[in-house]
Amino acid sequence: MPIEEKDIAKVAQLAHLELDEAELKVFGPQIADIITYVEQLNELDTANVSPALGGLTPEGEKTDSSRDDETAASLGQKIALAEAPDPAEGHFRVPKVL
Amino acid sequence: MSVKTVEQAITAAENLNETLNAFLEIDREGALQRAAAVADSGGPLAGVPVAVKDNICVLGLQASCGSRILGDYHPPYNATVIERLTQAGGVVIGKTNCDEFAMGSSNENSAFGPVRNPWDTTRVPGGSSGGSAAAVAAGIVPVALGSDTGGSVRQPASLVGVLGLKPTYGRNSRYGLVAFASSLDQVGIFARKVEDVARVLGVIAGRDRHDATTADVPVPDYVAGLTGDLKGARLGFPRALFGAGLDEEVGNAVKAVVDVYRDLGAEIVDVDLPHAKYAIAVYYIIATAEASSNLARFDGVRYGFRAEDTPELRQMYRRTREEGFGAEVKRRIMLGTYVLSAGYYDAYYLKAQKVRTLIKNDFLTSFKSCDALITPTSPSTAFPIGEKVDDPLAMYLNDIYTVTANLAGVPGISVPCGLSAERLPIGFQLLGPYWSEPTLFKLAHAYAQARPFTERPPVFAPSK
Repeated sequence: MPIEEKDIAKVAQLAHLELDEAELKVFGPQIADIITYVEQLNELDTANVSPALGGLTPEGEKTDSSRDDETAASLGQKIALAEAPDPAEGHFRVPKVL
Repeated sequence: MSVKTVEQAITAAENLNETLNAFLEIDREGALQRAAAVADSGGPLAGVPVAVKDNICVLGLQASCGSRILGDYHPPYNATVIERLTQAGGVVIGKTNCDEFAMGSSNENSAFGPVRNPWDTTRVPGGSSGGSAAAVAAGIVPVALGSDTGGSVRQPASLVGVLGLKPTYGRNSRYGLVAFASSLDQVGIFARKVEDVARVLGVIAGRDRHDATTADVPVPDYVAGLTGDLKGARLGFPRALFGAGLDEEVGNAVKAVVDVYRDLGAEIVDVDLPHAKYAIAVYYIIATAEASSNLARFDGVRYGFRAEDTPELRQMYRRTREEGFGAEVKRRIMLGTYVLSAGYYDAYYLKAQKVRTLIKNDFLTSFKSCDALITPTSPSTAFPIGEKVDDPLAMYLNDIYTVTANLAGVPGISVPCGLSAERLPIGFQLLGPYWSEPTLFKLAHAYAQARPFTERPPVFAPSK
């Protein structure tokens, strides 16, 4: 399936990436190449094959990962904000939304 | 091990870093304090210096993941594997360089410059855990941790001539390992001795309530199983994987390993993995799809880098990600977004998950007739820095022998088996059924006893 520059621009928008002109030009053909390569999977008839879901082993699937619903200590405001690029008044501050 | 051992490791890391660029952070003061504190603890790893890939969280140290978008981010907690390693007396001396978010097979995708191979500093050490691999190969530390999503521990181990283990999916906790592709990621171990890999796995493995994908499977005494006795062992030989695309010298070296195993008493069985040739295609759909979702969290709000002068929220997201991520990470986020986007999901992602089932079944079938499989780890020895940077697909094909294990969830270990005519290391890979790490260790150990790999690279820590 041919991939055009406008398809790449659309995907970039979905992925929240602001690609520049040069990147659009380079990524287009590279992604098209890779997509062509992965389309070799179409040689295989998988009509009666179930999809793998996740990477779990049979033992992993059997493992009960539920836990009691109990309160426990969390990071707390100070530590949670320690690495924030723009913390303010105990919150994460972001640019205006509208 | 003593404080002196840790100090020697730190000094070697500092002295060789200009040459190798293996470490992004070296914690001299903290490591010496921790070494003094554990010196008499009697833990199984008391005073052992360890290097840790910079995508695994260590409290007090940075976790950049080789990316500008995290920069000098300092996580507020230890990964579970680090918690256990530290409890056992292991001393983290620093964080190692890697391909950005573990995406790469050469370490050239690090935002902080490539790691160099101690055997030839004009060549790559492999990737993505290249810094950890180089640190062990250069004799800086006896063991290091990395992460393996498609071969990122085994392939660099092979290219620098050390052991590299990717455990069974669910053997080690991923809590505190920065997620790339959650259904494929496992923390792996580098070392120069099989005993050391076994000892470290025994310490870090097991169920963790912070990671729901860790399995409730007992952790055996991995060291006790290293008996050297291979009588009755059956080793599967997938002949079809020794064909086109494999460097002849590497192929011959691995075939010679098969002969050694036969001489040691193992029975060699022909096996077939008919869907292995589709593994790269499946991998690059599933891994990029998972990555596009996992990396959505890097948005400049809660931690890490934020682009300046962005008065509107969505513009801030986009510009932060544009400036913060490198080319390969953007390419994979784009690919993953594409294969998951409306109208394409069934054609790519669902199809890939179905072929993943076929690849899994190939292994399950093979393991009915053998205890483990042998393959090359990498199709070639270490290649020159810069050789493949402009051709992502050629770079992806480096992972042809390693990605199958991640797709199937089975464990694999890369073992050094000599040098090429150019004096570059060659490695072979053993793959086993789920939870067969004891078998892999026994096989690797028996080979290492019979054909010890004692060569040292030109760049090696001085052993004064």
